[in-house]
Amino acid sequence: MKVLRPIIAVLALIVAGGVLGIWQGTQMLVGVILPSIAFLVLIVGIIRKVIDWAKSPVPFKIPTTCGQAKSLSFIKEDRFESPNSKSDVIVRMFLEIFLFRSLFRNTSAGIKSNNSPKLHYGPSLWLWLFGLLFHYTFLTIVLRHLRLFTDPVLPGLAMLEYLDGFVQIGAPVLYQSNLIFMAALVALFVRRLVMPQVRYISLGSDYFPLLLIFSIGATGMLMRHYFRVDVTAIKQLTMGLVTLNWTNPGTIHPVFFIHVTLVSTLMIYFPFSKLMHAGGIFFSPTRNMANDSRATRHINPWNDPNIKPHSYAAYEDDFREFMVAADIPVEKELPPAPAAEKKEEVTE
Amino acid sequence: MYDKGKVLIGLAIFLVLALSVVGYNMTTGDHKKPEPEKPKGYTACVKDTDYMRSSHMVLLNEWRDEVIREGKRGKITTAQGIVVEKSLQNGCMHCHTSKEKFCDTCHVYASVQPYCWDCHLAPVEPTDGKEAQ
Repeated sequence: MKVLRPIIAVLALIVAGGVLGIWQGTQMLVGVILPSIAFLVLIVGIIRKVIDWAKSPVPFKIPTTCGQAKSLSFIKEDRFESPNSKSDVIVRMFLEIFLFRSLFRNTSAGIKSNNSPKLHYGPSLWLWLFGLLFHYTFLTIVLRHLRLFTDPVLPGLAMLEYLDGFVQIGAPVLYQSNLIFMAALVALFVRRLVMPQVRYISLGSDYFPLLLIFSIGATGMLMRHYFRVDVTAIKQLTMGLVTLNWTNPGTIHPVFFIHVTLVSTLMIYFPFSKLMHAGGIFFSPTRNMANDSRATRHINPWNDPNIKPHSYAAYEDDFREFMVAADIPVEKELPPAPAAEKKEEVTE
Repeated sequence: MYDKGKVLIGLAIFLVLALSVVGYNMTTGDHKKPEPEKPKGYTACVKDTDYMRSSHMVLLNEWRDEVIREGKRGKITTAQGIVVEKSLQNGCMHCHTSKEKFCDTCHVYASVQPYCWDCHLAPVEPTDGKEAQ
């Protein structure tokens, strides 16, 4: 079971964070030093990865298209499925990044057997739906957390919190984003376990981030609704992190340190894992290139500038005699050269 | 590096966003721990300090449900033997007279917006120790 090791890894992290979160000395280690290092690893790691990608040549023009390319004027062009210009590419990328359009196009084939078995193709939107919900609620949650890292709290966050807790359930109020976030994570995880094809291609590195982020959400919600940790003490610690005045008020519940350990792990893990799709989407040649290879020539950056292009005409010039001799049709016939023919006859 | 200009612009935007929080806090001066004003003459609330610090909102919610929905108006006796009404304005704010100097100090610091004041009129800030009802 490829899911077992990620489960053990996340449990080990939870135990480690919990144990280290008990004593004041180790709280400093896991609540202040670890996240500071993790943040640095995140930033430097992402930049290194992006520069590495930017250094990789793209030898061919390989946009993936799924619509009619620009052609004759009376053939309707599908601008965003087969973008022809830079602006179309930008629109396509925007839709991909903000609406996950390629997932929206998922289809599934299956056999429907009400009376007689019938092959059936239909849209398969669960991945798109839960993926979208997960990403946007995660964004909301990250933005909400800025209240702990800005003093005075950024304008606009109060409105975000108000809207997120609009249903006013309980005290402290329940945020809808938290519920949707957790539900989406469960759905994405169950999807990997339940669907045979997806389980077959799922690796430990697919399960680990889901479990890790789920645990982050779970500890976060526990802190808010069950343990009800001292938020002012936590904000002193988090403000210490961003102003580099490291402090530990000493009155924070250990569950906070589990949360921070898991978040730090996520930050360290991020640049070295599939989570880098966040930056990678911009570097996908199948997405970020225009399908205009008939209009503009794509120069392969690997090309040795000393090797000049060799056209067919030049090729035929090189080998015309042999081609004619071998009865291969040529575009330009041999010049009538009676002298040469005579010479050949003489030698024979 | 290919597309150097575009990549560097993207990385610059990423770095600015990532470090903006640090920059923001540098421009907003010193960040002091909130010090809610404690009522004079009292040493204990209806529950111990740790509970009140973390869970006062739960207690207030319970009181609201009991008083408004079940009609169980009652009184609570503190450790000091002081009798407190189960009420925000007549109970809590009997001792903690100022919303601004008590409630708001932490709530503003941590951006917590309790919806107490959706129904309750925010009390007139005391100048003589008595509040308007």
